Amino acid sequence: MRSPESQQMPRRPAAPPRAPVTRIAAAVALTSALSACNTVVLKPAGDVAQQQGDMVVIATVLMLLIIVPVIAATLFFAWHYRASNKQAKYEPDWDHSTQLELLIWAAPLLIIICLGALTWVGTHLLDPYRTIGRIDAKTPITAADKPLEVEAIALDWKWLFIYPEQGIATVNELVVPENRPLHFRITASSVMNSFYIPELAGQIYAMPGMETRLNAVFNKTSAETGHDFDGFSANYSGAGFSGMHFAVRSVKADEFSGWVSGVKAGGAKSAGALDTKTYLALEKPSENVAAMQYASVEPKLYSRIVDMCVEPGKMCMSEMMAIDARGGLGKAGIRNVQMLTYDKHGREAAKEGTENPDQAVRKELAWVRALCKQDPGAVRDSTVHAPADKSSLTGFGLKAPQSLSRAEDDIQSTPAHPSKISRN
Amino acid sequence: MTASTLDTMTQATTPTASPEQRTAAFYELEPHHHPEGASTMLGFWIYLMSDCLIFAMLFAAYGVLGGNFAAGPGPHDLFELPLVAVNTAMLLFSSITYGFAMLAMAKDNKGGTIGWLLVTAVFGACFLGIELYEFSNLIHEGATPMRSGFLTAFFSLVGTHGLHVTFGLIWLFTLVIQISKKGLIQSNKRRLMCLSLFWHFLDVIWIGVFTFVYLMGML
Amino acid sequence: MAIEAVDHSHWSPLLGRLWWDAIPPDPIVWVTFAAVMMGGLALVAGLTYFKVWGYLWKEWFTSVDHKKIGIMYMILGIVMFVRGFADAIMMRLQQAIAFNGSEGYLPAHHFDQVFTAHGVIMIFFAAMPFVTGFMNYVVPLQIGARDVSFPFLNNFSFWMTTSGAVLIMASLFIGEFGQTGWLAYPPLSGIAYSPYVGVDYWIWSLQIAGVGTLLSGVNLICTIVKMRAPGMNMMKMPIFTWTALCTNILIVAAFPVLTAVLCMLSLDRYLGFDFFTNDFGGSAMMYVNLIWIWGHPEVYILILPCFGIYSEITSTFCGKRLFGYTSMVYATMVITILSYIVWLHHFFTMGSGASVNSFFGITTMVISIPTGAKLFNWLFTMYRARIRFELPMMWTVAFMVTFTIGGMTGVLLAVPPADFVLHNSLFLIAHFHNVIIGGVVFAVFAGINFWWPKAFGFKLHRGFGLVSFWCWVVGFYFAFMPLYVLGLMGVTRRTRVFHDPSLQIWFVIAAIGAAIIAVGIAAFIAQIAFSIWKRKELACGGDPWDARSLEWSTTSPPPHYNFAFTPVVHDIDAWTDMKRCEVEAPKSGFLPIHMPKNTGAGIILGGIATVFGFAMIWHIWWLSAITFLGMIGYAIFHTFNYDRDYHIPADEVAATEAAAHGQPLPAGA
Repeated sequence: MRSPESQQMPRRPAAPPRAPVTRIAAAVALTSALSACNTVVLKPAGDVAQQQGDMVVIATVLMLLIIVPVIAATLFFAWHYRASNKQAKYEPDWDHSTQLELLIWAAPLLIIICLGALTWVGTHLLDPYRTIGRIDAKTPITAADKPLEVEAIALDWKWLFIYPEQGIATVNELVVPENRPLHFRITASSVMNSFYIPELAGQIYAMPGMETRLNAVFNKTSAETGHDFDGFSANYSGAGFSGMHFAVRSVKADEFSGWVSGVKAGGAKSAGALDTKTYLALEKPSENVAAMQYASVEPKLYSRIVDMCVEPGKMCMSEMMAIDARGGLGKAGIRNVQMLTYDKHGREAAKEGTENPDQAVRKELAWVRALCKQDPGAVRDSTVHAPADKSSLTGFGLKAPQSLSRAEDDIQSTPAHPSKISRN
Repeated sequence: MTASTLDTMTQATTPTASPEQRTAAFYELEPHHHPEGASTMLGFWIYLMSDCLIFAMLFAAYGVLGGNFAAGPGPHDLFELPLVAVNTAMLLFSSITYGFAMLAMAKDNKGGTIGWLLVTAVFGACFLGIELYEFSNLIHEGATPMRSGFLTAFFSLVGTHGLHVTFGLIWLFTLVIQISKKGLIQSNKRRLMCLSLFWHFLDVIWIGVFTFVYLMGML
Repeated sequence: MAIEAVDHSHWSPLLGRLWWDAIPPDPIVWVTFAAVMMGGLALVAGLTYFKVWGYLWKEWFTSVDHKKIGIMYMILGIVMFVRGFADAIMMRLQQAIAFNGSEGYLPAHHFDQVFTAHGVIMIFFAAMPFVTGFMNYVVPLQIGARDVSFPFLNNFSFWMTTSGAVLIMASLFIGEFGQTGWLAYPPLSGIAYSPYVGVDYWIWSLQIAGVGTLLSGVNLICTIVKMRAPGMNMMKMPIFTWTALCTNILIVAAFPVLTAVLCMLSLDRYLGFDFFTNDFGGSAMMYVNLIWIWGHPEVYILILPCFGIYSEITSTFCGKRLFGYTSMVYATMVITILSYIVWLHHFFTMGSGASVNSFFGITTMVISIPTGAKLFNWLFTMYRARIRFELPMMWTVAFMVTFTIGGMTGVLLAVPPADFVLHNSLFLIAHFHNVIIGGVVFAVFAGINFWWPKAFGFKLHRGFGLVSFWCWVVGFYFAFMPLYVLGLMGVTRRTRVFHDPSLQIWFVIAAIGAAIIAVGIAAFIAQIAFSIWKRKELACGGDPWDARSLEWSTTSPPPHYNFAFTPVVHDIDAWTDMKRCEVEAPKSGFLPIHMPKNTGAGIILGGIATVFGFAMIWHIWWLSAITFLGMIGYAIFHTFNYDRDYHIPADEVAATEAAAHGQPLPAGA
């Protein structure tokens, strides 16, 4: 059978795109029943989510090949061999048939082989860490498509978005240009969350002290679909979890730059500048927070959030890990606890210690400042690049897609400090 | 099962057999004895394997967290290999003396068994004493389990082993009392066998701790 | 924090954290408490009035008889199942009304406890007691044994499980339960973000119950390995016994992981260790990995014995040998092994590399092959059969259809790109309820209907059973199919309030489904009550279903010693074989039977463990120390009791057998 991948990703411009038969069949089968409601997972506004949704449909169809006959046979056998039907054959001692046993192991095996191949390829191509290779099914990415960088931080219980290139930030509001690759760096301030915009792409966890990535693109503007998209945390994170929603607006490129200048100029939602002090106040738990905009952002704020050293007097994680990689600080560093405390004794208590330091803490703080620059390290770039040539992905001799990424990209950026990222 | 019963069965499952033959083929009419406590060694062995998994998890945690010194001290700054070597020797000696206790048990030598058990207990107590000395030194210096992921994993792994030795000692003393009261009866022998498995198991775990935590941490 | 208005920092040496603020600030809980207290008082008064305490203590609580312990496990399971279902109804109701600006009727503090408790109770204190109960009751009978290998340990295991259940019930009225989700991921479950008693209740109820589960696993493995009737080699074991063996191997190899993880979390919370903290080099990701290394085998621990139940029922009511016994056995073993290398599929979205994700995705799919083989085996057992549609068989057919659908969505979720869009959504919820209800709950009802006549000597009433069956099946589809749709609409689990009004209709349908299931549960309880009332009319013999394995060769209910003479096995379907050869049970020549004595040690240790857990939860250190030393001291004291068994005299055996078969006492017995 033909790999469904070939339908999603026309490999050569020369080859005319063939009709996606399975997709149409499945779409008819599944979506007709669900046409009444907005099954965003199957009909999203972004190419990555669309491919993931297609994966749901293709896998379902593949499995229905065996599920439907099994259910039908179950019901038929149950009815046909009922005790009252004396016409039906009865063989009480028949309990083995080599051919049948071969069949019942081989049939699921075949399906799983197909599905496994699909999984291997799909998982690599749709790895959220991988830069996207196309804007949509027809438009491959070009050198001019520079991704928009967005830093997403899950706070208790709202989302903070920093646009590092634009120097602005928002809370519970995400505005991005359509048809431009988006590159999210994602972290959290206290507990685990999951960053999910169903219209855009699948989710990825947001974890404190760590960074995850997501690459995606919107192919439609919100105006075209008639509503703002919904974004939220998909991993329960405490009392205010249900209110952790944010509106996502996909807009035309010029509209986006207009919006950026609007935020910079300050509007109705403006909350001023996002500096350390504002962030530490914002970080405190709050619920159902209305959208806010910050006209400017303190440089490196995001890195310090990932490194858990926004608060003055804290050692950055990347610094700590660099020290650890050299074997620690020995017994000299044994008492420097305050500078590392992040959530252990309750965050308020730790903060109090920093604000009203006693003799020992003051000594320690002086030591921290002497020891480390409180300079967050660059997180190791774990980006996986989209394959330049997908031909070997769909043919035999399947290689791991990583090996296809452009070689020079893999060597780039040796990390300044090793840092804790969730690539395991 | 003897050949004759097998014959009876083959005949009994054919329709020609008489009702008595069939009953005899399908029921055990003779008294048979499951030796008392036949499953105990198997059961205890399975329990030990599950205990082994707890240690596996602690080793895994040490593997993950062992390098996270949190800008604090690492193994080089804290461990004293000679002390640990003495400690290891204590535990290994205790295993040997437990072996002697089992040999005495095999000869039904009650006094010898109790004597060797007590020697084992002395070695075990020395092991625990040295370990506690090491722990209290570390904590005194400020290298508490709360200080870093590395120390957390270290204290948990070594401490769990130490707790096992402690329970082994309690069990050992209980057995000494039981043997002196009841003698080397079958169930006491079985209990001695179980404790033997337990004691040697702790030895094996300690070899792992010594190798992975101390030696590989220092080298 | 807006919600955490109450300050719980009070601590006193005598009562620890226990203070007036431990009373939940919630009228719903007060009403429940009043109702439970009145019901409890009525029960206690009734038991006292009819003077059954002594009987319960002597014949049940202290019993080491695997049959009675099995029945007590089932009762525990049913009680906790009803509690867990009450939580489910509350969630369905909240989610059906929390629209258009309405906050619903449950505040976050309560709702978050409800979904946490629902998951924990259903898995640990309903499903686990059910499968353990079945294995306890049936396995020794199926292998022709008189009890399990370690009868006292069995009793102790039960009371430890009950102890955990008591703690989790206590959390309803004293303090709070965890608000973390059923697996309590840190850092949320760490002391910094969950400072009060909720997570501690979670830790100690699971830790104490876990001891029981682990020991019960050791016990049943030994029983199956060592105590099979002569002639029953491994490949002649009934398939339920096979699945029980594999399940208990899984228990023994998985629960220590849970124990270790819970210990680590406790150390973090109680002593400030750094296993899973954000700071000081802890790793919360390690927790997620470790808990699922236990968690995935756990779901097979639940489902494997259920596969066994369906196998027994299918071949019995098809009047036919099980198709593909050998491949069934191998399928079970393959599942047992594979279940250890799939855990990562529970968190593809954590950001492991694509190769790691695909590896775990594909191993997960591979599990569907042996599972599929099993399904085909049942299917071909039905082929050329004479199927009698008694209640157990109806549940089995419902299972085959339902489970197939759930299995399909499960494989779907094993495809990482699909999981990225469906993870943590209601699609996931629908999937695992699809397999757990379709697989485990249906098996429990099938099994209860199947083995009830064996345990009590009368059948369960068919009419009520039918009502229960249809309500459950129809209710299930109403309750969970909408959740699949909602999952595809991108709706996340554990959400308390919704913003999109177009979702409401689906939640309302789901709530209606839950209400239909409630009728099914009521009908089940009515079925039991009515059948007990009409037990004379429903009375049956030792083998009411024309069944095939050894438990049906003895009387219903079986005598205390199970078999007066140990049966000898020549075939997989040992009892069918005996019936075909027209073997008559021996009526004379009885011998004394060696049996273990009852002991109160299990319930006493379990009771002390409950108090210990409670003291630890509330930081009542003096009481924790005393009860801990008490447990060790009492256990040592118990080992000084060497007089643990006795012989049932031969004439008593003869009398019991004669009475059971309705014959006069044979001469010279």
